[in-house]
Amino acid sequence: MKKNRNVGIVGVGQSVYSSHREEVNQPEMIHEAVVEALEMAGITMAEVDCVVHGNMELFEMVHQPDLWHTLGTGAWGKESLRVTTGGTTGATLAAAADHLVASGLHDVVLAIGFEKLQEGHTTGGITNMADPLWGRQLQTGALTGMTAAQMIEEFGAERAKAAAMAYRILMDANAMKNPKAHRRLGLRPDQAEELAANSPALVGELRMIHMCSQSDGACAMIFASEEKARQLCAQPAWIEDHVTAHREEMFCLFGNAPVLTTHRHCARKLFARNGIRDPRREIDLFEMYDPSAWWGLDWLREFLLLEGDEHLRMVESGAIAMDGDFPVNPSGGVIASNPIGATAMVRVAEAALQIMGRAGGHQLPRPVRRALASGFGGTMWTVLFLLASDTERQAAA
Amino acid sequence: MARRVGICAVAQTTWERDKWSQRFQGMALEVLEDLLARTGLTFSEDGGIGMSISVSDDIFDARTISDNAMTDVLGAHMGCEEKVAQEGLQALYYGLAAIRSGHVDVVLVLGHCKESQPASRNQVTHMAFDPFYTRPVGLDFTAAAGLQAQAYAARAGVGDRHLAQVVVRARQLATRNLKITGLPVVTAAEVLASPLLADPLRELHAYPVSDGAVGLILAAEERAREITDRPVWIAGVGNCMDSFFLGDRDLASNFPLRQAAARAYRRAGIDHPQNAFDVVELSDQYAYQQPMWMEGLGLVPAGGGGAWIDAGGPEAARVNLSGGMLAGNPLILGGLVRAAEAALQLRGEAGDHQVPGARRALAHGVMGPAGQFHTVAVLERD
Repeated sequence: MKKNRNVGIVGVGQSVYSSHREEVNQPEMIHEAVVEALEMAGITMAEVDCVVHGNMELFEMVHQPDLWHTLGTGAWGKESLRVTTGGTTGATLAAAADHLVASGLHDVVLAIGFEKLQEGHTTGGITNMADPLWGRQLQTGALTGMTAAQMIEEFGAERAKAAAMAYRILMDANAMKNPKAHRRLGLRPDQAEELAANSPALVGELRMIHMCSQSDGACAMIFASEEKARQLCAQPAWIEDHVTAHREEMFCLFGNAPVLTTHRHCARKLFARNGIRDPRREIDLFEMYDPSAWWGLDWLREFLLLEGDEHLRMVESGAIAMDGDFPVNPSGGVIASNPIGATAMVRVAEAALQIMGRAGGHQLPRPVRRALASGFGGTMWTVLFLLASDTERQAAA
Repeated sequence: MARRVGICAVAQTTWERDKWSQRFQGMALEVLEDLLARTGLTFSEDGGIGMSISVSDDIFDARTISDNAMTDVLGAHMGCEEKVAQEGLQALYYGLAAIRSGHVDVVLVLGHCKESQPASRNQVTHMAFDPFYTRPVGLDFTAAAGLQAQAYAARAGVGDRHLAQVVVRARQLATRNLKITGLPVVTAAEVLASPLLADPLRELHAYPVSDGAVGLILAAEERAREITDRPVWIAGVGNCMDSFFLGDRDLASNFPLRQAAARAYRRAGIDHPQNAFDVVELSDQYAYQQPMWMEGLGLVPAGGGGAWIDAGGPEAARVNLSGGMLAGNPLILGGLVRAAEAALQLRGEAGDHQVPGARRALAHGVMGPAGQFHTVAVLERD
């Protein structure tokens, strides 16, 4: 399908992510991210046509929170849209902003994802999504030990556990370079065994150290039409494509029936549509929504369409580190910071910052021409984004 | 120039006080099956429905990610599904953007709500107020509407008698709308004697609690013409957000609605809205809003609401022949049902309340305390 017009990302703003942002209320926290994004784009609210907003209402128990948040988003007098899809919300907001600009309805759109998880009960809130009759008694929020169990069965306990911990420690090394990250623990590779033994178990072999944080924070992004983006930004991050796939609430009803993940489905579709044959060679960076070290490890195989133990070897060899062949989550990822309504947007935003060369302390040492970013939510839902630099677009043309 | 987008089919359940025998998934399925039967579409990226936009509300549904429970109905097995968590007319705005962008050709819009589930709607809308300053004083959308009604009534010469007329007419029109069930007609005397909710709002001035679901199929022009011989074009949509604190606003100014309307008219190429519409469907959650929103839309002179009702304006301007929100649609679906009713008029499918030969219609939706956020859509047929 032909896109009506090109859309570039020209500004990114993020609040500091933390377990407790008690010194600010929700609009004030959002305002921090909005101001930073406007400053990066070099514009004021006067130049923004439309504000897109999203989060998960039951976490903070505020009905239609965009109404109150107008005080911090700057939406007064503007057009506005509110879209939510659970954990994928942030990436869905980026997709919505892309549509609003590409459609020609707007030249400049500001998108905002936020969550203040401190003000609610995260696991209780997530558990409430399950069917009250059939699923709720079984649901443990987003905490699941299934992937750990499957990986241990497939690769043996010793290797699987070591790879999950190696992934966790690599992500923390990245988070240490990102001053906005919530959990910056300074983990060392020689602590792996001690952590595996002493971190409290949550569900099976999913331990506290493997799991993402519950964070307060907001992320804002500014999307502009090609003409406007070129005026505002020396190197915009262009939106090449995005694919969304959801699936039904109940699955795996038939024992070990093979399940095609939405991650693999989206990756196949995105790569086919964009002529990508070897993603690890043709893409420079992946910002992945990795809610736990086990999921991050397992999902590498799905997103990169790998077979066998190739994904484990990528972690064991350090290929996913910042100086490796295929860097994953230079920001530290979701394990480091997880303000849920913003989390998936942060993936797209961080990928964009790398292309724009504005990632600061965690900027990759080599130019990023093409980047992948994923969102995850609901019952295994995926949004997968492909971003590109001018260099990449010129080469493709 | 981006491509045109058409509404190809419309379906809705009946609107009832309490659909106790149906879960919300069941109501939505009824609408989906109706839409698929009308269009012959399936869920498929190869010419079928390529994207579903649901409209629901986590707090009304008491479900985190309320669309999560709907994925089967929304055809979201490995498909694109997204939820507009705002007033439903915004789903039309979003679907328009997604199709015009070139990303998708055919979109399903499907909204549901069971207002009968919470103990009261006020309990839900109370949660829209910030927890520090306005929630502690007990505000909800009804109380906010009362404040706005006071400010407006004084400015526009709208009295209790006018409001009774609006309600009596809406209830009468509702008897001609087969989708409205169980809503008795009332007399002016009954309305005038009805208990006060928030002075000057009376119980009978308020939209009745209702359960139901509504859906539309949107498609790019070329596909729309294949799907139906009577596509209804989305000529223009506009919206606008006002400030949050009621004290920061002139509640009778109609600022956000005037902005939203101006944007929709500009996109639709309408310079003189006064005589532009054969049908107007607006979201009158409370009786005073029918004249007030007409002023905001620029279809009645500012401050002229009372005189407009006295002169038989609602009938002459063909406002809410479906009965409007006063005949009962859920808060979050008001504008989407208005768009559905407007599209039925333009397709010549409005039954007993059909306006012969209607060519252009306006649909309006509103959300937030005292109309903080408005959406206006202009629909046309060939």
